[in-house]
Amino acid sequence: MINFNLFVLPFFFGLLYMLLAIGKSWYRWISALPAIDKVKVTSGIRHPGQVISALKEVFLEAFIHRRMWKLNPLLGYLHMSFALGWLLLIVLGNMESRFYSGTHLNAPYYPIFLKFFIHDKLVLFFEVYSVPGVFRFIMDFVLLFVLSGLVLAFIKRKHSKWFGMKQTTTHQLTDRVALTCLWLIFPMRLLAESYTAGYYGNGGGFMTQPLGNALVYITPLPSEFIAYTMWWGYSLVLGIFFVTLPYSRYMHIPTEVLLIFFRHFGIQPKKWYSSFTETEVHACSRCGVCIDVCPLRAAEVIDSQAVYFIRGVRDNYVPEEITQKCLICGRCQEVCPVGIKTDALRLIKRRELNSGQATEFRYLSNGHAKPADVIYFSGCMTHLTPTIIRATKGIMTKAGVNYIHLDENQTICCGRPLMIAGKDRQASELIEFNKLLIKQTQAKLLVTSCPICYRVFREEYNIPIRIQHHSQYILDLVKTGKIPLQGNFRRVAYHDPCELGRGTKTFEAPRELLGKVADLVPVRDQTNNAHCCGGSLGIFEISSHQRDTMTKQALEILLEHEPETLATACPLCKKTFSPHSPVKVMDIAELVYQAIPEKELPTISQLPHLSSCFVSAQSRPE
Amino acid sequence: MKQRIIIIGSGVAGLTTAGVLAENGFEVVVLEKESRIGGHVRKWDRLFPNRRPANEVMEFIEKVLNSSVDLRCGVTVNGVIRHDEEFIVLLSNNETVTGHALVLATGFQLFDAHKKEEYGYGIYDNVITSAELETIFKEGKQLTTNEGKTPHRVGIIHCVGSRDEKVGNLYCSKVCCVTGVKQAIEIREQLPECEVFSFYMDLRMYDRHFEELYYEAQQQWAVNFIRGRLSECSENPDHTLILKAEDTLTGRPLKMTVDIVILLVGIIPDPETGKIASMLGLPIGTDGFLMSGDEHIKDNTTTIPGIYLTGAVKGPASIVNTIADARATAQQITSRFMAG
Repeated sequence: MINFNLFVLPFFFGLLYMLLAIGKSWYRWISALPAIDKVKVTSGIRHPGQVISALKEVFLEAFIHRRMWKLNPLLGYLHMSFALGWLLLIVLGNMESRFYSGTHLNAPYYPIFLKFFIHDKLVLFFEVYSVPGVFRFIMDFVLLFVLSGLVLAFIKRKHSKWFGMKQTTTHQLTDRVALTCLWLIFPMRLLAESYTAGYYGNGGGFMTQPLGNALVYITPLPSEFIAYTMWWGYSLVLGIFFVTLPYSRYMHIPTEVLLIFFRHFGIQPKKWYSSFTETEVHACSRCGVCIDVCPLRAAEVIDSQAVYFIRGVRDNYVPEEITQKCLICGRCQEVCPVGIKTDALRLIKRRELNSGQATEFRYLSNGHAKPADVIYFSGCMTHLTPTIIRATKGIMTKAGVNYIHLDENQTICCGRPLMIAGKDRQASELIEFNKLLIKQTQAKLLVTSCPICYRVFREEYNIPIRIQHHSQYILDLVKTGKIPLQGNFRRVAYHDPCELGRGTKTFEAPRELLGKVADLVPVRDQTNNAHCCGGSLGIFEISSHQRDTMTKQALEILLEHEPETLATACPLCKKTFSPHSPVKVMDIAELVYQAIPEKELPTISQLPHLSSCFVSAQSRPE
Repeated sequence: MKQRIIIIGSGVAGLTTAGVLAENGFEVVVLEKESRIGGHVRKWDRLFPNRRPANEVMEFIEKVLNSSVDLRCGVTVNGVIRHDEEFIVLLSNNETVTGHALVLATGFQLFDAHKKEEYGYGIYDNVITSAELETIFKEGKQLTTNEGKTPHRVGIIHCVGSRDEKVGNLYCSKVCCVTGVKQAIEIREQLPECEVFSFYMDLRMYDRHFEELYYEAQQQWAVNFIRGRLSECSENPDHTLILKAEDTLTGRPLKMTVDIVILLVGIIPDPETGKIASMLGLPIGTDGFLMSGDEHIKDNTTTIPGIYLTGAVKGPASIVNTIADARATAQQITSRFMAG
């Protein structure tokens, strides 16, 4: 007997279309990989270890949704029930269908619509201990599992807060069509199977059989006709879902698999829009987890969060404003269930906007730096908070360090503010200039007071010298007994600067150092989840008022446990918080400097300086 | 029965209003939070644009105050109650004052220069404010560095706390530009060997004889004007100061050592004004200054009948404009009560 019916066609062609579309995309992405990455792929495939670990992650992330579980158990269960449930329906359905067909080669639609084709196979409902009975039980159970997720998905529409989400994504038409079909698939299957089971009096499991019996009983129309209609409906929604999938957010399902393999093969994101980035963009599920954590929401910016930005990139339409409206604070990156490097992606798009206009650095061309053991690079933001420079230099002088304050006069900027604006070429001029100066000093260590500088020195300079943020350096000085400390600050709250914390994962050193001079009070939303102070150099598209709202929101959280002092390790954070904070805002270096016993303090005349570059008296040309 | 008018604030605005109202036959009560009357101008040395002593103006204003003006110093307003057509003001010393009209002449405060940390006020000893320079002149002292040396170079920084979105003040304080030019001349006058460099965004010489003063500063006193906002100030070991700015006329960064930096601090609303405004329910503008009934044609009255605004409580104002405004306020009050 040929197991075929016309209704399977929408499903069949939908599936075929989807597989071709996914295959085309995969082919395009893989073939567009740079040669080096292609080598990584071919060698990766030959390493079973890499493949197995990738498969393991695919299972954990794409089916179990481990990261979603961590965010919120309900959200995790919802996603797992759909993904894992559907997978089980397919796998177990195939096994079940083999039992009936007795062959390993079934038409792809056969297992999906199995209950339609086997309704005349005489296996009675009460034979639960037979193989078909066990299968029926399991298949009904799995369907129930998926449907429970569907119920949660409905509830989430109304009560997203129960799932740990205040704000959910506003979706486009294609996404809504796909979503509607996805939601209809399993109720349709339930109805089709139930009506069939009810009409023929067998073939159903513990759920579908009683439900089918009841439905047949209460439905006035001929049940055979309704059952058949339901099978058509089931096939249609499956078909429409498959056809829309490549154009909707559900493309993330197959893409995430490819992305996980790419990562396991060691493919790195590039500075330009590469095929890896294209894969990342398509792997975004638009779950909207990034929306709630975005500090810009406090400033009533609701259209530029990562989910919308990435959607724009995928649709090849991102207004410049959306690309620019981001603090580059990295908070969304930390929670992204797919692990998309949202900041890097934003910077790639900013680079594309770079006009290439040259910057004027000629006045820097006579740089010359004297030898020293340690370079102190305060950073231009620290120049705006001279107390931090004074404290850091005071500490280094006290410790007897032979240092040079490199950007006191010779240079102006580390280059990162330009890079955050996408002006990499202009930044590279500064970077090359600074590298030359650094080399001239023959120093073995570079210390900076600014996390923005710290990050760029580590990531972009590629220099053979140790780089430390002053919180790490001062901690080393204290630990080696070079700084005598006395006195203790009471109740200090520590704010993690974005660039130091999330940016370079420096969480412990500042806390350990502060612990030596202060009693720390607890802070909600710390470390990876810390709020941006609002002063970010990543954004110029918002008003000062909007910045202030973000600053106040961050302060509110920091001051919850009523600290007497707010400590931070970034001059920009200090400067941003100071005008709004009811308590004193101090840099970690200032706190340590104040904890040095007074008799031990160096006087300002003891502070070394660079007489050679001592300010050329300059007046305005006549 | 004489109508009684309560004036809060005894600066140029409050006292001028009081003087005219007293002349017009009102009983006037002036409330002052400081221990003596006179407001900020009492502390100034000489006034722009003609560098006449500030005392002369204060003496003129105080001269017209007669016995029907009741001056109460060292008191602040704890509360205001409107009762029928009267205002009952509760004072910090637990007294109450009742009046038929209330004039808010609470003026302004100077911007706290500590807030521009990059300019080093409160960090470097030789960074002072324009108000502190006035005090030095007023006391007849020589301008010296904190170490007692005669300065060779002085930098004057315009727009400190004004037209600066980062400190939350978008507006222009109006009087600092010409004050800076006046003080530059005065420094050159006192110390002919000392060079003066003024860092400005643009010089707003809007009123009569201001532009002339600016010309005089350049031509007769050789004051150097550099168009560029100061980006930062740092200190050398010898306590001299390094200024970094961009000379926007030549388009190049500029660095310079000076001995003293003078910050032309802007004008901000007095916090006391905000308190009184919220007691009364008066609208406050986005700049923090009070809103009058209409910015063009009802600039002395408010949305509440019987409450008047005068002087810098409505935003930065020069002395000449404040006096004119105070007289207009007094006149409005007179017409209101004398007509009936």
